[in-house]
Amino acid sequence: MGVKFISGGALTTIQDMGRFGYQETGMPVSGVMDKRSAALANLLVGNRTEEAVLEITMLGPAIEFTEDNIVAVTGADLGAKLNGAEFPRYEAVLVRAGQTLSFSGIRSGSRAYVAFAGGLDVPQVMGSKSTNLKSVIGGLNGRKIGAGDAIGFAAPKTFLPNMKKRRLKPEDFSAKEHTLRVVMGPQDDCFTEQGIATFLGSAYTISNEYDRMGCRMQGPVIEHKNGGDIITDGISFGSVQIPSHGNPIVMMADHQTTGGYTKIATVVSVDLPVLAQSLPGQKIRFERIEIEEAQDLLCSWMEELGRLDREWNTVTEPASDVQAVALSAALCEQKTNFSSQGTYRIVVNGEEFLVELQKETEPFRE
Amino acid sequence: MNGVRYLVSGDSALTVEFGNEISPEINRKIRAFKLALEAANIEGIVETIPTYRSLLICYRPEVIRYGALIDALEHVGASMDSITLPPPSVVEIPVLYGGEAGPDLGHVASVHGLTEKEVVEIHSSREYLIYMLGFIAGFPYLGGMDKQIATPRLETPRVKIEGGSVGIAGEQTGVYPVASPGGWQLIGRTPVKLYDAEREKPVLLEAGQYIRFCPVSEETYREIERQVENGTYSCRVYEKEAE
Repeated sequence: MGVKFISGGALTTIQDMGRFGYQETGMPVSGVMDKRSAALANLLVGNRTEEAVLEITMLGPAIEFTEDNIVAVTGADLGAKLNGAEFPRYEAVLVRAGQTLSFSGIRSGSRAYVAFAGGLDVPQVMGSKSTNLKSVIGGLNGRKIGAGDAIGFAAPKTFLPNMKKRRLKPEDFSAKEHTLRVVMGPQDDCFTEQGIATFLGSAYTISNEYDRMGCRMQGPVIEHKNGGDIITDGISFGSVQIPSHGNPIVMMADHQTTGGYTKIATVVSVDLPVLAQSLPGQKIRFERIEIEEAQDLLCSWMEELGRLDREWNTVTEPASDVQAVALSAALCEQKTNFSSQGTYRIVVNGEEFLVELQKETEPFRE
Repeated sequence: MNGVRYLVSGDSALTVEFGNEISPEINRKIRAFKLALEAANIEGIVETIPTYRSLLICYRPEVIRYGALIDALEHVGASMDSITLPPPSVVEIPVLYGGEAGPDLGHVASVHGLTEKEVVEIHSSREYLIYMLGFIAGFPYLGGMDKQIATPRLETPRVKIEGGSVGIAGEQTGVYPVASPGGWQLIGRTPVKLYDAEREKPVLLEAGQYIRFCPVSEETYREIERQVENGTYSCRVYEKEAE
């Protein structure tokens, strides 16, 4: 048992960090659009960053819990509610069976992520739980989630260490203009000097043609030397394709593995979440940085994730016999004092221990 | 490596470009380099994607940085000459030509003043090199079709083309792995699934292999279709003779 969907929302799918190793067969990577939000949701509930989460697009589903579990909601603010009461974003929360998580509508950003402690019980297909709608694989039989669907928890938890520390300042996605850093290439030599200057000096408006495959933008025409067609070449997440019409299309999570259009630049990994949370009508500018800086940024971000993981999820060594005696003594002391929490100084065989007792993880109360 | 360009494709991918044309020679170089790279087993490389012109290398910069990767690739390039490519295999794809399975066969024949039988003979008498897979899972980009049967795409693309459809688009021929919209001239259909998510190896073909289309009767088509459903059919594969 796990969750049951009363409604599926506009586009709710199961995604992890992607299906790698099959791109040479034409199989797209897929995975979450906003890797930062998904990784943080997972770490908050004690999962590996790669665990599968729910990706919720704009209009959220209504999710009834049929089993207790600790969850975290990150990414866009889509108005998360638990049994009608405001549900905190970027925080690990114990949800009880019978409670319903729903979303009242977009406040800022476009994609929210829900991570469940212990992960979701769906099979891996070609090494990944990610849904790819076009290839009809992964997630829930390769399709989006609808009313009546049920997903089991793999290893649900009602307790996690450091529960009080498992919260972050919610990320703010309310900006209407964004600057995305790019590294130039692989086909920047197919553009005139003027074309490159236009690309780096203009604002582009995100069009309505924005889905998990790509994000089309409109603005000043970027000039090619000899048109926008090339002999088919490989594509990365974040590739900025410029076909002959001269306007950018940024390749997103479900992008085709190969394509026949010139790619002027690639959005750097740490800025892709910004684009993933943007909405049609918003403005984008591109700023050039060098490959070394882009890789420094990505490595710093990976280190930051590692630091949070250690801070929240490091499992301490099992208690020694002497520590266990100290703990028991502290618990007796606590009971005597009718106290729910406190710090106790206990001496066992001449060795001094400071034992800190916390309340049990409290479930969310409306 | 001589004549090779390293192109930045973002902070986690690098394009090694071998040329700017569609040729079996470039394809061979890409294949040899891919094999040498796999043998070198460089830590931090996630996967590689061969295309007509290049090999896209996806890597983890937290394990290997751009500069270090290029040094490692140069090293691999130096050892490339000692790699002997295994002889490529040819996969036989059974095709029911014409009729409902290939509604445009008559049109293709009449455009070129050929009979339907002649078009089938020309189409099925060659081994086509699989340059790459892309567009959708399992879609092979084939080279080497006889220009005698080259036919422009339909003016109005079809909304739905059945999976397994064999078609012609300009000088290209190909097979649709799954149902999809498209403007190809459809000349036949194969019961073989180039892509099947349920199969242990979901994608049947590999870049560097060849395929040969073998005309079959409707009766044989139905029989193969049954075997494909049961999971008992496997395509005949043979080693390509040296050119």
